[in-house]
Amino acid sequence: MEGPVMLTFLQQPWPWYIAGPLIGLTVPALLILGNKTFGISSSLRHICASCIPANISYFKYDWKNEAWNLFFVFGIFLGGLITAQLFTDPNPVEVAPALAEELAGYGIVDYDNLVPEDILNWQSLFTLKGFFLMVVGGFLVGFGTRYAGGCTSGHAIMGLSNLQWPSLIATVCFMIGGFILANLILPLILSL
Amino acid sequence: MEQQTHINKSQFEHKWYPNIKYLLVGVFFGILFVKSEVISWFRIQEMFRLQSFHMYGIIGSAVLVGIVSVWLIKKFNVKTIHGEPIHISPKTFHKGQIYGGLLFGFGWALTGACPGPLFAQIGTGATVIIVTLLSAIAGTWVYGYFKDRLPH
Repeated sequence: MEGPVMLTFLQQPWPWYIAGPLIGLTVPALLILGNKTFGISSSLRHICASCIPANISYFKYDWKNEAWNLFFVFGIFLGGLITAQLFTDPNPVEVAPALAEELAGYGIVDYDNLVPEDILNWQSLFTLKGFFLMVVGGFLVGFGTRYAGGCTSGHAIMGLSNLQWPSLIATVCFMIGGFILANLILPLILSL
Repeated sequence: MEQQTHINKSQFEHKWYPNIKYLLVGVFFGILFVKSEVISWFRIQEMFRLQSFHMYGIIGSAVLVGIVSVWLIKKFNVKTIHGEPIHISPKTFHKGQIYGGLLFGFGWALTGACPGPLFAQIGTGATVIIVTLLSAIAGTWVYGYFKDRLPH
């Protein structure tokens, strides 16, 4: 009996009150394992420093001291791989009815994956819509997080856990940016 | 001679092997990311449209656990597994947190992902997200190039 029950739990999406606290535990786990502060966007800087430093002072540091961060993000990639292979949810992704209705208006009807196949795929990459969503969007994620000095993990979770007010300002700005884009600009892009 | 051996051993230990534990934390974290649907483009859209409590519940409860953990670590002077005192650098305010924060917010809503979820999304088989990740690396590089000319 226990086996199938366990597997069903692993396959279903997990509720926020289980996942959230477990994500929060990453903060003490990394501190206790080796004085590492939780932060993911720094990995992008270490990749630049290790592969394309181009004599830019911002990338001239000993990135090997920060190699743990690259192991960490490689682990996140593996975690995604393992979950997709072993605990795939056979049911379509459930979303708020109001969102599903809005997205249907843009022809987004595929709920098989957490990444919507209808707009984020190799073919759409060469359309204006896909260019905005993936290339421009990705660029803003990399540029914005470095400019802000952190992302959701470094500021919103690690920074707020340590009661840092600059992290609160950053987090509020993340949300303002997201609200503006999702509600005012994204409809124009999805209509392309 | 003995000292030499010691140095060699020490260097090996500090090279890559101890980093495996961070890889394992990453794997755990990647599984959490997928199962909690934090990597879902749809969940991010719900969040920015106030259509679901899910993401607020996740970030809120994660921060709460983080605050309590950091408080306990400081209160009881908890050491690392190597016996070092735990140190967390404070964040200093600069205007980049506003400008960069807004720009990242735009990117978050477009891609439906912050940097962590990008890695997990690729792992789940969404191979095109490799392009998004490369673009994020390019964005980081361009920031490094223009850093001194940007308002901070």
